[in-house]
Amino acid sequence: MDSVTSSTQTELRRTPLNALHRKLGAKMVNFGGWDMPVEYPSSGGLMAEHKAVRGGVGMFDVSHMGDIRIHTGKTPGGALAAVQHLCMNDASKLAIGQAQYSAMLYPQGTFVDDVIVHRLGDDDFLLVINAGTREKDIQWVRQNTSSFDCTVEDLSDAYTQLAIQGPRAVDVLQKLVNTSLAPIKNYWFTHGTVCGLPNRLIARTGYTGEDGFEIYVPSDVATSVTVWGAVIEAGREFGIVPCGLGARNTLRLEAKMALYEHEISDSINVWEAGLDRYCKMEKGDFVGRSALAKASAAGLKRTLVGIETVERGIARDGYKVFDSAGEEIGVVTSGSPSPTLCKNIALAYVPPEFAAVGTLLCVEVRSQRIKAQVVPTPFYKRPKKIAPQAASTA
Amino acid sequence: MGYPANFRYTKEHEWVKVDGGTATIGITDYAQGELGDVVFVELPKIGAKLETGKSFGNVESVKAVSEIYAPASGEVTEANAELTSKPELLNSDPHGAGWLVKVKLANATELNSLMDGPAYEAYIAQKGKEASA
Repeated sequence: MDSVTSSTQTELRRTPLNALHRKLGAKMVNFGGWDMPVEYPSSGGLMAEHKAVRGGVGMFDVSHMGDIRIHTGKTPGGALAAVQHLCMNDASKLAIGQAQYSAMLYPQGTFVDDVIVHRLGDDDFLLVINAGTREKDIQWVRQNTSSFDCTVEDLSDAYTQLAIQGPRAVDVLQKLVNTSLAPIKNYWFTHGTVCGLPNRLIARTGYTGEDGFEIYVPSDVATSVTVWGAVIEAGREFGIVPCGLGARNTLRLEAKMALYEHEISDSINVWEAGLDRYCKMEKGDFVGRSALAKASAAGLKRTLVGIETVERGIARDGYKVFDSAGEEIGVVTSGSPSPTLCKNIALAYVPPEFAAVGTLLCVEVRSQRIKAQVVPTPFYKRPKKIAPQAASTA
Repeated sequence: MGYPANFRYTKEHEWVKVDGGTATIGITDYAQGELGDVVFVELPKIGAKLETGKSFGNVESVKAVSEIYAPASGEVTEANAELTSKPELLNSDPHGAGWLVKVKLANATELNSLMDGPAYEAYIAQKGKEASA
């Protein structure tokens, strides 16, 4: 049998919680140069962690994510102009305290990275970026903002970032903060005292398709370990478990959230990835805009679809996709058994004529071609909250 | 979970139990622990020829596919059909109900080069030390 987890090397980067993960007995993997927990046997493993997030609450160490602050230079408006130039979504529409999904693009309309843009102030933004692309992103931001009057700060090593996710996340975190979380809407944030630490960023964001929060606390080991422990303690009554990157991947896949180097990359453009609604062509010029306008006129050559295998087998990343006549037409970008749906799901790029729901395709699973079918996405959508009795009768 | 002394073990974490000329093959408790939740098992058909060191099937967890290598040469006489509907048996009872195939051995002396229980336990203890180093 092959060993699944490659043995970790000493040059891998570590989050401030690394020793704690190891103490908890987590299985560690190299993720984009970081030594990260993939699952915690003490939590019951990937499947149990996934289910905890869908049905209760789980916590992820996501301190490997990067953070770039872009704020005012000498004249007001410089940071906003820089962010508008760098990112495809319209940051001018953000209120202070609001965040948006966006992306930085190459001039050819393909992805440098996807980002969450937080508006901290009128002319003050925080971009949360991926771990595997941190250095590249920071360099890209510095290069492409040099002609704008703004200050760029790499705060990646300043924060320990914890994602508390699941329908009970709000109940857990509420016990640890001095501010009411209920009014914070999805993709909004506030600053408040967390575990006695003043002025911490508390954002209602995540990468699981579930309600949840991401908190940013100082990155020294003592503080990081204390906050982690406090969340676990506060979550005990709700069955909180530590969760690893394995569950993070299956959760985001069910919710059809893109992963860099899979659904998005430097060779995939915005239209192909189906991220049109986060790309605001009418907002004015930005890096990648003219190429996207041309691509739009030329028409789509491939598009991202959700598929489900109908024969026994799991379609995985990189597997080839064929039409029912046996012609190779595309490739799987992410695939896995879905712990929530108990089906084998995948995302794949295929020509648009094969994108209709119900289209039969084949996926090559180790020399064997198994039948699959295009299905609606996202594969999983969280249930709408039912209004409490008191509110509905008021 | 203990590693039965009468089994033989490979460095790739398969086990073999010999009963006359027939060998039962499975993956070890250590292997299932490394894999995590097993969701899919692909086994050879009856009559298939196994060749020492060559892949003869796959075990899939949620996150990855792992090949299973033949600890010895021989012909498959039985494959564990229960694993099709209950792949989780590989996690819950890897040395028992989670067996993979039974094989008529071509040359039983091949097994002499494999580890016994105590040797395998020492081998995985060493691996554990390397991983936490």
